[in-house]
Amino acid sequence: MKNEYDIIVVGAGPAGSMAARFAAEQGVSVLMLEKDRDVGYPVRCGEAANKKGVEQFIEPNEKWIAARINNISLNTPDGTEVVIAYEDYILERRIFDYELAKTASQAGAEILTRAYVNGLLFNDGKVAGVKYEFSGGLKEMRAKIVIAADGVESRVGRWAGLETHCDFRDMGCCVQITASNLRVNAGTSYLYFGKDYAPNGYLWIFPKGENIANIGLGVSGIIGKKKSASTFLNSFMEKNYPNASILTKIAGGVPCVPTLKKISAPGIMLVGDAAHQVNPVKGSGITSGMMAGSIAGKIAGEAIKMNKLDHIFTYDKEWHDRVGKKHEIYNRIKNGIYDFTDDKFNSIAHSFNKIPYEKRTLGKLLTTALINNPSLLIDVAKVFVI
Amino acid sequence: MEYRQAKTGILMIEILPNKCDFCGCCVGVCPEDAIELKEAEINIIDERCTNCSKCIWSCPIEVIVFNKNGLKI
Repeated sequence: MKNEYDIIVVGAGPAGSMAARFAAEQGVSVLMLEKDRDVGYPVRCGEAANKKGVEQFIEPNEKWIAARINNISLNTPDGTEVVIAYEDYILERRIFDYELAKTASQAGAEILTRAYVNGLLFNDGKVAGVKYEFSGGLKEMRAKIVIAADGVESRVGRWAGLETHCDFRDMGCCVQITASNLRVNAGTSYLYFGKDYAPNGYLWIFPKGENIANIGLGVSGIIGKKKSASTFLNSFMEKNYPNASILTKIAGGVPCVPTLKKISAPGIMLVGDAAHQVNPVKGSGITSGMMAGSIAGKIAGEAIKMNKLDHIFTYDKEWHDRVGKKHEIYNRIKNGIYDFTDDKFNSIAHSFNKIPYEKRTLGKLLTTALINNPSLLIDVAKVFVI
Repeated sequence: MEYRQAKTGILMIEILPNKCDFCGCCVGVCPEDAIELKEAEINIIDERCTNCSKCIWSCPIEVIVFNKNGLKI
């Protein structure tokens, strides 16, 4: 290890690894710190990711592709099923994240696990490094730029004065099991809507093979106040898969909001869940986190090479132009469909199923759902192929 | 002092031992930066906690509870 680095990345998830890789590719020194003992484990994710979004950054490899999805099945409270063609990967995150971190290290980044960052160093009001616990001791490491990729539980940004906490009503409070000994179609992702499944959220079944799947759900904290995510999932499993074997059970949080107002400050940039860079409708954050990491890492590397640290402030606009503004639109759509009743979900499905399968798209589904809301129809047209 | 002291009186937020999954949902919603999460260790930072209970409502697996008797040291 060096005595100091140009860039320190906190957190080795997909956003952190992409930030480390794109920074290191420019020949600057990069250290990535991960609090857990393994990169990629424990997994806190439904593991569905947009196929094209992933392939922008890494060659597809069977090692981390658990299933290839070509249909999405949306299920409403009265049992109506809507099937739409849809391409996705279900990942094996414990391998995927590890492989992404490897690409960062191959680009020249150094990685240290079991290194828990517990504070920042400052110089003249600017972030100038991190304090961290490692191997039983307290350490410090100076850096010109810190990139915080420390996830939904991010505190690094707060220490730099950025307001990063997520309102509990916007937090997707999630629980998921990986279950085997059940039958699923390995090419289809299933989503369930309605108050018995996951009010103000949805329940998912993401197959990882013919007899294994991630089954989980997320509800807003406002729902969790009365009934927890775990209680909803237990009743679904008892009713639908009483004989499933549970391989893992995990909890997790997804900030279902648009990106934070400010994602950079002197000496620091935020990426991934730490910056709330999640698609607020789907709650998906893998590919958008990777995109954010690549943008932030590249800009940070350029800032070092130009010896112009103010350059990092261009990250906010670049993110907003490329992805952030779409997330704002998705968030408006989310707010439009958030409070739909069971009857509404049923009637949307009945109308939409009149469209033949070959002509169905998610954009058309949302158009059907929001037909009485003209301003949101315009939003749908901006972000979906209709 | 017999009781743990929060920012606003006696600490009443209790993280049940040995039940936490260390997912970080509560840390994400805490407006006071009053929860510290390590690899497999979670602690309330007493002097910052306001007993606001948002962490309780957000916990997906009901690991955090409101203990109206207050937490003893």
